[in-house]
Amino acid sequence: MGAPSIIERLGILADAAKYDASCASSGTAKRNSKGSAKGIGSTEGMGICHAYAPDGRCISLLKILLTNHCIFDCHYCVNRKSSNVRRARFTPQEVVDLTLSFYRRNYIEGLFLSSGIIKSSNHTMEQLVETARILREEHDFRGYIHLKTIPEADPELVHQAGLYADRVSINVELPTDSGLTRLAPDKDARQIEGAMGKVKNDVIEAKDARKRFRNAPRFAPAGQSTQMIVGADAATDADIVGKASRLYDNFRLRRVYYSAFSPIPDASAVLPLKRPPLIREHRLYQSDWLMRFYGYKPGEVMQATEADGNLPLDIDPKLAWALKFRERFPVDLNCASREEMLRVPGLGVKAVNKILASRRHRTLRLDDVALLTQSITKVRPFICTVDWRPVMLTDRADLRALLAPKQEQFELFTA
Amino acid sequence: MSRLAKDPASECWLVELERPDDFDAWRDKARIFVQAGVAPASIVWSEPGASGELFGGGRAGLPLPAPDAPIVRANRRFVSLARNAALHSDPQRFALLYRVLWRLQASPRLMEDKADLDVRRLEELDKNVRRDSHKMHAFVRFREVEDAQGERYVAWFEPEHHILRANAGFFVRRFANMKWSILTPRGSLHWDCETVSEGPPAERSDAPDGDPTEDLWRKYYASIFNPARLKVGSMLSEMPKKYWKNMPEAELIPDLIAGAQRREAQMVAAGALDFEDRPESLAAIARAIEGCRKCPIGALNNQGVMGEGPQGAPLMIVGEQPGDQEDQQGRPFVGPAGQLLDVHLAKAGIDRSAAYVTNTVKHFKYVQRGKRRIHQSPSAREIDTCRWWIESERAIVQPRLVLAMGASAARGVLGKTVSITKARGTPITLEDGSELWITAHPSYLLRLEGEARDRQSELFDADLAAVKTRLDEMSC
Ligand code: SF4
Repeated sequence: MGAPSIIERLGILADAAKYDASCASSGTAKRNSKGSAKGIGSTEGMGICHAYAPDGRCISLLKILLTNHCIFDCHYCVNRKSSNVRRARFTPQEVVDLTLSFYRRNYIEGLFLSSGIIKSSNHTMEQLVETARILREEHDFRGYIHLKTIPEADPELVHQAGLYADRVSINVELPTDSGLTRLAPDKDARQIEGAMGKVKNDVIEAKDARKRFRNAPRFAPAGQSTQMIVGADAATDADIVGKASRLYDNFRLRRVYYSAFSPIPDASAVLPLKRPPLIREHRLYQSDWLMRFYGYKPGEVMQATEADGNLPLDIDPKLAWALKFRERFPVDLNCASREEMLRVPGLGVKAVNKILASRRHRTLRLDDVALLTQSITKVRPFICTVDWRPVMLTDRADLRALLAPKQEQFELFTA
Repeated sequence: MSRLAKDPASECWLVELERPDDFDAWRDKARIFVQAGVAPASIVWSEPGASGELFGGGRAGLPLPAPDAPIVRANRRFVSLARNAALHSDPQRFALLYRVLWRLQASPRLMEDKADLDVRRLEELDKNVRRDSHKMHAFVRFREVEDAQGERYVAWFEPEHHILRANAGFFVRRFANMKWSILTPRGSLHWDCETVSEGPPAERSDAPDGDPTEDLWRKYYASIFNPARLKVGSMLSEMPKKYWKNMPEAELIPDLIAGAQRREAQMVAAGALDFEDRPESLAAIARAIEGCRKCPIGALNNQGVMGEGPQGAPLMIVGEQPGDQEDQQGRPFVGPAGQLLDVHLAKAGIDRSAAYVTNTVKHFKYVQRGKRRIHQSPSAREIDTCRWWIESERAIVQPRLVLAMGASAARGVLGKTVSITKARGTPITLEDGSELWITAHPSYLLRLEGEARDRQSELFDADLAAVKTRLDEMSC
């Protein structure tokens, strides 16, 4: 049997990368190739999703592994040593060629490269860095590069990665240290966090240097992110939110991604029998939003969890919080502060901005609010306007049932 | 209005714009109309292609602004929205822009009133155009062609609005060193690495047809999709079907979805335990049970203990579970119960080494008491979970006779609990035609003493003797 063709290997190595949740290509420095002698590519701050997969996720980067051979044996990972999946590997040059030919056809914004660990962490990291180097130095590639770094690798190599990449990420893998010990016996929580701390410092130093010298090299201008697997161990949503907020604080992460553990072929049996509902991952992302854009403290998100420490699945965390703190409602939209309005279930940041702008011109009635919001039915029980005041919230024991979205039907697809 | 009624000559102005996306031309004219005090209802804005006569003979040309006309005011928010909204394909857009501009003169803060219908419509147009531009950035797919001047990248795209020219800059900045053309039904753009030129509307057949790289791209698209997480609705909302026809990967979507649903359905049918395909060899089972944690026993500090004996053995002997010694040595029936079994087998004339000897449950279940690990019986649920492995072993070894020792073993083979006392001595025919014989477990004998032990030993020997006889019958 000959060596598998490029297309076969692409299949294997993209397949192996599909469990990674992060895909974003946004938030980096603006660049373009105009005026450059041979360069290609641009970034304009906001990333572009070039396609969407039927799993609803966007495709903005060529997301592949350099190789899915791995000397580690992490149970949740399809590439672990003891798994029976087909193995393949690319050379850095092959990845470069693929990236460029996809980029030229406008399929992608850039490359997201990760790898199983081959030979040693350093060897692997060198290969990742080499791929980015060829793209940047030999082809003057100005598109987006995200490198997944190997925490055990020499910090100098990780530093190199940050000089070529827009973003670097280091997976914390699991929300609790005990989960990590059990499911990723070869990984070490202290080492992972140590590597994150180092990247954080490099980012800060490079920013400082750029303030003083225009030409100081940029270091990972899109910052660092991480990913946590949800549902592979017993960690509750409260544990997860707590972990995420510590990571945001300690390492100034741009994003924490959650990846609902999903059944992987040749699964290790330490894993739970069923995948956690995807909706749980969704609720965690919603809680992340609440913290990043709505001013909720991690403790407040945790207040929205139920007795078992998990966020309710039938309603979103904002509504869950509001139902627990009914005394804070109704909010009078004609005089409430921005912060108070942001707590109203169904009012997003945009709607609140519109309300603030409009109420300088008129005293809002319920009809006006209906024009400014997505769904007035959702909002109505929590607000008052000149012509509207809801019945006392506390009187309604069935409010949750009334507001929980109806069970949606399985989306049948007619192509 | 009353002013117009007094002056029928100025009833209606007809303004023809040369290009559908020429915001600057509109702005220059609109400024003059505002200064001349011409109300919105008195102007018909028309773009190329739309026939002016449709509107009846309006006055062409421009009005004369009043000499003392104040300068026309519009805030920045309006200008940026209007510039974008002007690209919309709605024929009423210029009229709307003018109406808002007109009203802005009297109420300079109009743009802040988000509940105003004109403002809302303007924002809506702007949003549609931004979305269309965004989709163009995302969904244009270039194909490589070779011509006399070398390689060139050509795309066919069908925008909904007049966004082509406005988005040239994006592609120039991104693909500065690449010769490219974007062809659309509304016009075309060409870049030769130095300047952008515009061309006439194109047809789909003007664009090239395929590109070998598309096979790679489709492979990538199909592989990066996780079938365990189908969310067709969110895909459709971001990538509406109207764009699909120009995206090489989109042709895969129906099959990817159908395939995912099939896989999901299979999983549901397979029940709660989604074990993978059956292992194909005893060695594969041995490897798999080593990592098996389908039931809590596997998570104890122990090792998987695999059965032992030749593949194709006519007799399969099934015990309950490994004990302390079995766990330590990783082999079945090496502890006290195993030794006792050996004695009885010898007595019955059964050659243990010709049989396949295994356990119902593959891991040692115990509780730790100080330094000692005390044996615990597996629960029915644990037995049922572990049945997968016993069944896999049976499928490979294919014994003609299975001897289950003890109630756990009987359940492990049959899937239901039977009483040893009632079941012993009479074989049960299994689905694959082999026979199941049930007897007590030797460790049961070990726990008895005196007369009771003697009686049970005799029964055990009788069962083994019957098995031996049956085996001999089967082999001839
Ligand atoms: S006892 Fe059986 S089912 Fe339980 S973990 Fe071990 S091999 Fe798996």
